[in-house]
Amino acid sequence: MTDLAIAANGLRKSYGDKVVLDGVDLAVPEGTIFSLLGPNGAGKTTAVKILSTLVSPDPGSGRISVGGHDLATDPQAARAAIGVTGQFSAVDGLITGEENMLLMADLHHLSRHEGRRVAAELLARFDLTEAAKKPASTYSGGMKRRLDIAMTLVGAPRIIFLDEPTTGLDPRSRHTMWRIIRELVADGVTVFLTTQYLEEADQLADRIAVLHDGTIAAQGTAEELKRIVPGGHVRLRFTDPAAYRSAATALREASPDDASLALRIPSDGSQRALRSVLDRLDSAGVEADELTVHTPDLDDVFFALTGGVDLPHQPTEAAR
Amino acid sequence: MSSSLSLAVRDCSTMLRRNLLHARRYPSLTLNLLLTPIMLLLLFVYIFGDTMSAGIGGGADRSAYIAYLLPGLLLMTIGSTTIGTAVSVATDMSEGIIARFRTMAIHRGSVLVGHVVGSVLQSVLGVVLVGAVGVAIGFRSTDATALEWLAAFGLLVLFATALTWIAVGMGLVSPNAEAAGNNAMPLIFLPLISSTFVPVDAMPGWFQPVAEYQPFTPAIETLRGLLLGTGIGHNGWLAVAWCLGLTVLGWFWSAAKFDGAAEQRP
Repeated sequence: MTDLAIAANGLRKSYGDKVVLDGVDLAVPEGTIFSLLGPNGAGKTTAVKILSTLVSPDPGSGRISVGGHDLATDPQAARAAIGVTGQFSAVDGLITGEENMLLMADLHHLSRHEGRRVAAELLARFDLTEAAKKPASTYSGGMKRRLDIAMTLVGAPRIIFLDEPTTGLDPRSRHTMWRIIRELVADGVTVFLTTQYLEEADQLADRIAVLHDGTIAAQGTAEELKRIVPGGHVRLRFTDPAAYRSAATALREASPDDASLALRIPSDGSQRALRSVLDRLDSAGVEADELTVHTPDLDDVFFALTGGVDLPHQPTEAAR
Repeated sequence: MSSSLSLAVRDCSTMLRRNLLHARRYPSLTLNLLLTPIMLLLLFVYIFGDTMSAGIGGGADRSAYIAYLLPGLLLMTIGSTTIGTAVSVATDMSEGIIARFRTMAIHRGSVLVGHVVGSVLQSVLGVVLVGAVGVAIGFRSTDATALEWLAAFGLLVLFATALTWIAVGMGLVSPNAEAAGNNAMPLIFLPLISSTFVPVDAMPGWFQPVAEYQPFTPAIETLRGLLLGTGIGHNGWLAVAWCLGLTVLGWFWSAAKFDGAAEQRP
């Protein structure tokens, strides 16, 4: 059993009458990427704010430890171990990118020489050397986000919180960000990532927790989560009504859509499942005009976890 | 303990450098705020000067009125500069970088201390500039001793510190820069209804308490006494008490608001 970088029991937080977090347990082993997945307003940012000492949890919460330090008794020690990149740009727009980096170096009490070295190194690593002398307010969204992460890395934190690091970024910047995050973990850093995209969690995270209505609705690896989601399906579309009818007879489990002559067959999208569908179409002697495979997305996950669907097995239980 | 103190000092000076960098990069805010006291100085000396001078018993020579007017306007300069403080604190608090600072292992108070020290330095600079304009148009303080100059300087710094802490609190309770500018208006409005332009006992009787019981009047009378040798009386202690009181009030108010601000829902 590896040591836990982040451990929280019964995390609770309400703002007035609104319960945002209602007893959330988190356990993130060192050197892994953990993703908190959920839609807007699920409480992801609140969880990050509590774990990064920005707001205090409600009194009913259990012990929270970050980097081995109890947040209630030694928040400064926890702060020294973490780096945070919030959802909204945390750069000083009035000064240049380089000045932002040197500001961080000063606040981490690096020597003048060391500070300059680290700043130059990180600016180069995040492709910001050219823009270093320009005010940060003139940066594009992707550049600001990169500067933001570069600033977070100045103190060489062991645990990094990234709150929706790719929301609002174009696809290219998003992939750059993914690469950056993977590099971080390669260095042994623990990453706590929030996202509203299942794909992103799938791409990056060792472990994913789905946050819904302030509680963890499900938790596990990407594979485990996808297995409980019935949203994956194969869609067959026909132009000939006769072919459509015989296909519907051959594939009894399919849900028909008479209006568009389409069939929807639940499937995990695997090669084997696909072949079985094709084989049965072949033996019935029909040919679909169009076949598309739909993998589960976040909507499916939420539908599955909250729509009263009887889940085959709960990975939350399996994980304990 | 001494190492944690030196780290606290280091964090505060880092934050101070950040604020001075802002001020240097964007000097227009500070300079605009200096226009009000300078304009009032020129207006009251060159346009209303003869009448005002006669009013305070100084005869038709304007120089008596320049001497009377300048101490109040120097303090008004401080009030005016601190409006900029409230605006920049409010602007700063709406930025994500403050949240970043809160998650770092730095001295908690350094953000506000940086603002306060930076603003006091700007106030002093403003006072020097307005004072230089005053000297250029004829202000002379011939009989003030070195000790009185030092005391005058100390009073200005003390006064600037007091108003700045109040302005920081005003900035912290303001949701945005515009609101901060409005909330901080008393800092420039109070000197208008003090003894800056005319002596309190020349005002209508019902109004005299308004001019009397506020920080500007005792501070102005003390500064006048130090620079021009007029009677200070109880105003010296009163001014110091106002400054200390406002500093302590502003400090606690700001600290409470700064710590509480993180808990607010975005």
